[in-house]
Amino acid sequence: MSEHRVEHATRSSQVGVALIAVTLIALALAPFWGDRQTLRLLAEVYAFVALASLWNLLAGYAGLVSVGQQAFVGLGGYLLFALVIMFDVHPVLAIFIAGPVAAIIAIPVAALTFRLRGAYFAIGTWVVAEVFRLLASQVSVLGGGSGISLPAAAVIAMAPTRQAREFAIYWLALALAVIVLVAIVVLLRSRHGLALTAIRDNETAAQSNGIGVVRIKYIVYVLVAFGTAMIGALIFLQKLRISPDTAFSVNDWTAFVIFITVIGGIGRIEGPIIGTIIFFVMRQTLSDLGSMYLLIMGAVAIVVMLWAPKGVWGLIVERYGWQALPLQRRLVLKDKSRPDA
Amino acid sequence: MASILSLENISKRFGAVVVADGIDLALDQGEALGIIGPNGAGKTTLFGMATGTVTPDAGRIVYDGADITRLAPERRCRLGLARSFQIPQPFSGMTVFENVVVAAAFGAGESERAVYDRCADLLDRCGLIDKANKRAGGLTLLDRKRLELARALATKPRVLLLDEVAGGLTEHECGTLVELIKTVRAGGVSIIWIEHVVHALLAVVDRLAVLHGGKIIASGDPHTVIRSPQVEEIYMGIAADA
Ligand SMILES: Nc1ncnc2c1ncn2[C@@H]1O[C@H](COP(=O)(O)OP(=O)(O)OP(=O)(O)O)[C@@H](O)[C@H]1O
Ligand SMILES: [Mg+2]
Repeated sequence: MSEHRVEHATRSSQVGVALIAVTLIALALAPFWGDRQTLRLLAEVYAFVALASLWNLLAGYAGLVSVGQQAFVGLGGYLLFALVIMFDVHPVLAIFIAGPVAAIIAIPVAALTFRLRGAYFAIGTWVVAEVFRLLASQVSVLGGGSGISLPAAAVIAMAPTRQAREFAIYWLALALAVIVLVAIVVLLRSRHGLALTAIRDNETAAQSNGIGVVRIKYIVYVLVAFGTAMIGALIFLQKLRISPDTAFSVNDWTAFVIFITVIGGIGRIEGPIIGTIIFFVMRQTLSDLGSMYLLIMGAVAIVVMLWAPKGVWGLIVERYGWQALPLQRRLVLKDKSRPDA
Repeated sequence: MASILSLENISKRFGAVVVADGIDLALDQGEALGIIGPNGAGKTTLFGMATGTVTPDAGRIVYDGADITRLAPERRCRLGLARSFQIPQPFSGMTVFENVVVAAAFGAGESERAVYDRCADLLDRCGLIDKANKRAGGLTLLDRKRLELARALATKPRVLLLDEVAGGLTEHECGTLVELIKTVRAGGVSIIWIEHVVHALLAVVDRLAVLHGGKIIASGDPHTVIRSPQVEEIYMGIAADA
């Protein structure tokens, strides 16, 4: 029998979970209240929430600042197209095959890039992504350098009508984002998550307290590749067309993702969600301005990095100590009154 | 008596600065050894080499009969070699309690749930129980030092390396700390303690070693060593420099 109790939830996390649940229900019902445009936009939002959350796990927690995650977005997309076109696999099934295959490929990639430190690691990951892009452009069955569309038969196999297809993809995108987020929460609440949070805060101390830092980084890298490839497969299933330049775009799948994570708050699970909302609000309101909008986003990024280096959520945590998800372990003493917040 | 930890002919330099020049130092099982020496003598670096965060240029480190010179820091910790950091290294985004849970779960290799009570007890003994749920990053320097000690103890060490844990404490707090370290020692833990607060050190250690110029220039009975001409010379030297 244990003397003391340990709680994960705080009042803010109870509010947070309730809000998230309500929001999820509303979002799940979006096909009944939103038009096609809205559904497409929301599906894109979900993909970015997932990509940014995965990058946050990699860079924010494990300290692996990769600028080459487009390697796995593109790999996932190409795996989907390869499975559908060459092996006649159902597109939805192909998403779930793309994840583990990418994870297996990530093992030797990690072995290679982990030899590099700091900025060299970042450059190394980018080089890997470029190599992937060049390899993809050599595969003529998949359209070579100019790309290829998903065969009509496979598209129709998903759902007979266009509307049913759009609904299916929408729910799939929502489900995948939820799966990725739940997986990250489960990971962070586990023993490995305890180690990962310690690594986030102080690698030297983590090592000196018995944590096998390299091993955990390795595991995280492979898991993140798994998730990133699944999201990549989903993105290109929605687009119905793939080409090496769109699939391995450093701009779309890394620069925006880093922007989102940094703005929202790196090293906090809530950060990427907040960041994605800010990113899309800016994109929707400023897109008329053409290339000005990229300049404004750059300016916002610089301001946030200077004035709130831990991002919007980091500010909130320091001010109010909130957590939207029950991740903390709070000690509740049996006999004495509860230690202060 | 058999040595539990020994540094054998250890050398280390940072550029032109020689911090260890063929050092031999052995800690007996159950012993409490104090180390003093002027600022920058290389005391902290010695702990770094013992625990694996600093690689020696030459020499061997033997722990419990095995050569651990090339062993990763986390493996050394799990074998029972724990340290506190002179400049506290808290997991600043985690709570004080979580900090100690990390050390207990990974350093001692136990399941997370199994360590909760032990961690609460440790926080109580180290005077941190009221701050258990506070973010470690928000602690004062003094509390950060307490956390260093709590975390090191949470790993269930067989050898405990303490690096200046008494600085800045009041007389009363210092007395409490000395009692705590004595209790730990009575539990069979061997200790090396680097400390500038000499009276606290003398209340605990069986032997005192003096590190200067990359060498152990004196080692033996604490009261004899502290009054030796070499020590006098070094510390007078510092006083003259300052
Ligand atoms: N990583 C490093 N790189 C370069 N020089 C270092 C490094 N670590 C320590 N030094 C230098 O080595 C010397 C010994 O440092 P160390 O911290 O071991 O001394 P110390 O005896 O613990 O001093 P103090 O009493 O001030 O804590 C100092 O001159 C320090 O500047
Ligand atoms: Mg020192």
